[in-house]
Amino acid sequence: MEVAVEQNEISRWGAGVIPYTKMGFWQPDYEPKDSDILAAFRITPQANVPPEEAGAAVAGESSTATWTVVWTDRLTSYDHYQAKCYRVDPVPGNPEQYIAYIAYDLDLFEEGSIANMTSSIIGNVFGFKALKALRLEDLRIPPHYTKTFQGPPHGIVMEREYLNKFGRPLLGATIKPKLGLSARNYGRVVYEGLRGGLDFTKDDENINSQPFMRWRDRFLYCMEGVQMAQAESGEIKGHYLNITAGTMEQMYERAEFAKELGSVVVMIDLTIGYTAMTSMSAWCRKNGVLLHLHRAGHSTFTRQKSHGVNFRVLAKWSRLIGVDHIHAGTIVGKLEGDPNSVQGYYDTLRLDKVAANPVRGLYFDQDWASTPGVMPVASGGIHAGQMHQLLHYLGDDVIFQFGGGTIGHPMGIAAGAAANRVALEAMVKARNEGRDFLLDGEAILRKAAQGSPELEAALDVWGSISFNYESTDTPDVVATPSF
Amino acid sequence: MRITQGAFSFLPDLSDEEILAQVSYSLDSGWAVSVEFTDDPHPRNTYWSMWGLPMFDLSDPAGVMYEINRCRQAYPNHYVRVNAFDSSYGRQTTALSFIVNRPAEEPGFRLSRTETQDRRISYSISSYASNKPSGERY
Repeated sequence: MEVAVEQNEISRWGAGVIPYTKMGFWQPDYEPKDSDILAAFRITPQANVPPEEAGAAVAGESSTATWTVVWTDRLTSYDHYQAKCYRVDPVPGNPEQYIAYIAYDLDLFEEGSIANMTSSIIGNVFGFKALKALRLEDLRIPPHYTKTFQGPPHGIVMEREYLNKFGRPLLGATIKPKLGLSARNYGRVVYEGLRGGLDFTKDDENINSQPFMRWRDRFLYCMEGVQMAQAESGEIKGHYLNITAGTMEQMYERAEFAKELGSVVVMIDLTIGYTAMTSMSAWCRKNGVLLHLHRAGHSTFTRQKSHGVNFRVLAKWSRLIGVDHIHAGTIVGKLEGDPNSVQGYYDTLRLDKVAANPVRGLYFDQDWASTPGVMPVASGGIHAGQMHQLLHYLGDDVIFQFGGGTIGHPMGIAAGAAANRVALEAMVKARNEGRDFLLDGEAILRKAAQGSPELEAALDVWGSISFNYESTDTPDVVATPSF
Repeated sequence: MRITQGAFSFLPDLSDEEILAQVSYSLDSGWAVSVEFTDDPHPRNTYWSMWGLPMFDLSDPAGVMYEINRCRQAYPNHYVRVNAFDSSYGRQTTALSFIVNRPAEEPGFRLSRTETQDRRISYSISSYASNKPSGERY
């Protein structure tokens, strides 16, 4: 026995290249610790690579390993720092793909740094030649790590108490056209939308500070519109002032100005990066300003099923970093989003304890350890005629944003806003009364439209518009109806 | 003008039957219902006067309706709202709030602008009605 162990040790430490499975990165008997960070990767190995080796390679490259044996490993407790691939499952219906489960020790990650976590878990490994494709499907973040992050500056409960809005989804609209309006005309759209009945209006992701409208002018005119709408309605209103800029110094300057003007909310784009997002989250907590995140650019890496990062992982990073709002899909609108997956994202953002649910694409139990929830935003090709579906699928703690569906209303912007608000309130009221509002949705809307010519016109224009395309990304497990 | 605070202000005023349905939904959801009134409807006025304590132990919607109506009779020209409070862990906040009574005339709010430096404007809003002392406003 002694001799055999000795020989194994020699082969593990001999100079040269040996399989990752032989280096300790494949440990099918490993039992993950409560404090481990767990990852589920969808791997597509090259033809001659066994799935266990591919999973071990991912574990290796995303933790301690390089391509060959290094003697300096022996200066460390390498078995502690090595990530461990502990399970590889074939993907049903797709013989090329496997789900590899990998456990990372807590010590591998710097506290409070998504930049560090992503440099490890999605750093080098996605270009690995031994794999045709790689996708990070889900992460289990333990409370030990979660508690090193600030989380949302306010969260759903605090936001509602601050805005004095309870018992219904919130309503917003993105100012259109996205680019080209002068500051004065832009502020007009803000004012009309808010006075008509919206809770929020929104800058689009690419409105920053261009020649046709500089940021400071935009902020001044938008806040004039917000303040007038508050006086005319007696409600708190907000416009997401996008403070995205080329440097942190510029972003802080814009955020300070928004705060001075009394804006309840500022907005950032995902394109600013995880570290910049984290800095703005801390600023928003310190200054009492809500933080809206537009996930600009995410589809470049979230959309394809075989390669990239699933949005549910981005949702987790965003909740840790700490944003108050994040765009998370509509199900019924113009942008990609399978119903089960999107409901999984919403669970991930809003609930405190989220159970693993293969139908919704959730691979792990996730305990948020009281981290406040993030308000999901449903935006992109939705309109008042879909209100019953939106409320059914997405629930109360959500912001419905109708851009074209507000501003394109034939009677004007304020009328478009009023139509959406009447439709929303009528649907919530009907639901609370116990109506089968999903089935009777159209009838409920038509009845509400009898007292609202604005809603009637909206239903006449958009009532029949839907976007029925197949999703490119769906969970592997399909729900089978049981009778 | 019509103040649009609360969940149902864009709909016609709720009938007693419709209010009862919302109260029943709230009680069925395990929420405690309370009644509040004010003659200062400023959007930042968080603390309206409480018509008694939240009815934590009352599970009969008719009993809640009785208190709503008593408050409306006592303050026919005030704003009266019904709140439902969700005390469950992770929420511990208002789950539903809607107006059930409002003054016959709602004069609305004055928006005051004070020009400061660099084109900045300092805003404040105040209810026209709140120029008078509380109790004589509507």
